[in-house]
Amino acid sequence: MSETIIDNKEEAKVTSGKTEAVVEIRELDMAFGTKVVLKGLTMDLFKGENLVVLGKSGTGKSVMIKCMVGLLTQNAGSLKIFGKEVKDLKEQELKEIRIRTGFLFQSGALYDSMTVEQNLEFPLTRVLKLTDKDEIRQRIEEVLEGVGLSDAIDKMPSDLSGGMRKRVGLARTLILKPEIMLYDEPTTGLDPITSREISELMLEMQKKYQTSSVIITHDMACAKITGDRVLVLNQGAFIAEGTYEELENGQDELVRSFFK
Amino acid sequence: MANIMPAGLTRQFVAAGDQVTFMGTFFRNIFRGGFEWNEFLRQCFIIGYKSLSLVGITGFILGFVLTLQSEPTMKEFGAESYVPSMVAISVIREIGPVIIALICAGKIASSIGAELGSMKVSEQIDAMEVSGANPIQYLVVTRIIACIIMIPLLTLMADALALMGGFMASNISNDMTLTLYFNKAFSALVFADLVPAVIKTIFFGFAIGFVGCYKGYNSDRGTESVGVAANSAVVSASLWIIVLDAIAVQLTSVFAYS
Repeated sequence: MSETIIDNKEEAKVTSGKTEAVVEIRELDMAFGTKVVLKGLTMDLFKGENLVVLGKSGTGKSVMIKCMVGLLTQNAGSLKIFGKEVKDLKEQELKEIRIRTGFLFQSGALYDSMTVEQNLEFPLTRVLKLTDKDEIRQRIEEVLEGVGLSDAIDKMPSDLSGGMRKRVGLARTLILKPEIMLYDEPTTGLDPITSREISELMLEMQKKYQTSSVIITHDMACAKITGDRVLVLNQGAFIAEGTYEELENGQDELVRSFFK
Repeated sequence: MANIMPAGLTRQFVAAGDQVTFMGTFFRNIFRGGFEWNEFLRQCFIIGYKSLSLVGITGFILGFVLTLQSEPTMKEFGAESYVPSMVAISVIREIGPVIIALICAGKIASSIGAELGSMKVSEQIDAMEVSGANPIQYLVVTRIIACIIMIPLLTLMADALALMGGFMASNISNDMTLTLYFNKAFSALVFADLVPAVIKTIFFGFAIGFVGCYKGYNSDRGTESVGVAANSAVVSASLWIIVLDAIAVQLTSVFAYS
């Protein structure tokens, strides 16, 4: 498949030849006061794929994924997850969608008054309502082993490095076994070696848990490692779509500037 | 239609509407089930136990100073023996609840505002929300109810220590036994002095917890907003306490002393 330059003026529909879309966004508009962030944004996330979204700071990448989990509500347009329009969901329905959709925040967003174990226990006891201590402990140990942090179980978030916080954040998200993963700049603020480790971990976890992922990043190495498909966001809409190599070797100067 | 209201006024109305909505969310979540007992007990420990020394010392000095300041004047009127009664009535009815609530507004509302504000900034509250958990139940309900329970208890303790302070101050210039001092203090008190005072501290506790949670939970994203949330929590909670006290005094004079 060759690079696709998307004309914003037309009703752009981004496709990649796959059929089952778990996220469908059509003509999404979002503004904060007079500042327009997203304008006519259209995309699909297909089952099992890793979709990387590139774009300059302030182009609305994080806003887009926050709309997906109902943290923000769009001004216009349609955003469906698992075929359900997010803005029309009732509280309980939104909760169910959120359980099926993991969100890894840029900072990891660990609860800093709790140990790593308590951080991981939190969604199990509150969301899945698990009460069996042995089962809880087993799931925590399993997921911590998956991210390579079995030794950190009793540590406080303040005792962890940036990379370890991201790993624990990832573990806390994966412990609910989500079907979709949303990563908000997962490697920002990390050194290149740790960034690579996190990117490879994301890929490994995607294979293990069979998730579909949207990865917001500025880190081109992360995009190259993790992305099955890459979308470039500019001025509130996607301007290009393709694989990493296609976009890297494409003709559009703005798109290529991300790869320099 | 043109907007005829000044922007500042519109903002005030919007903020008032937000607070009412937040209050509704709080009350709805109390009765939802799945009460967070562990977090509630932790908050009782933080709000109650960790405020003991501040509140205790404040209460003691309050009674001590009140006695020292009023004794010379009372002596001039030959009413020195009424000092314990006067201290007891003024501390238990009014000064104790208000001063302790204002002290707690400074300590507790600011700490709740800053804690929830920093959780908001570091996206911890969003993380709870997107995981499908209920941050209002975990963070807000527990803190407000802990305040509602602990502020009256702290006030009662401060009242008792204020009377002890009054006794100590009385003994600087006089020789009075503890039994006599407390007999005189309590002889002037009636049930209608204590009950309304305790009831209003429940409302003060609610104000402190609610304002702290509201300001922190709704703070902006920048780090500066943590300081703003803490500061405005203290200012708003103090204002709420003064206004609630004015209402409580009116209601008490109508219902309790009529």
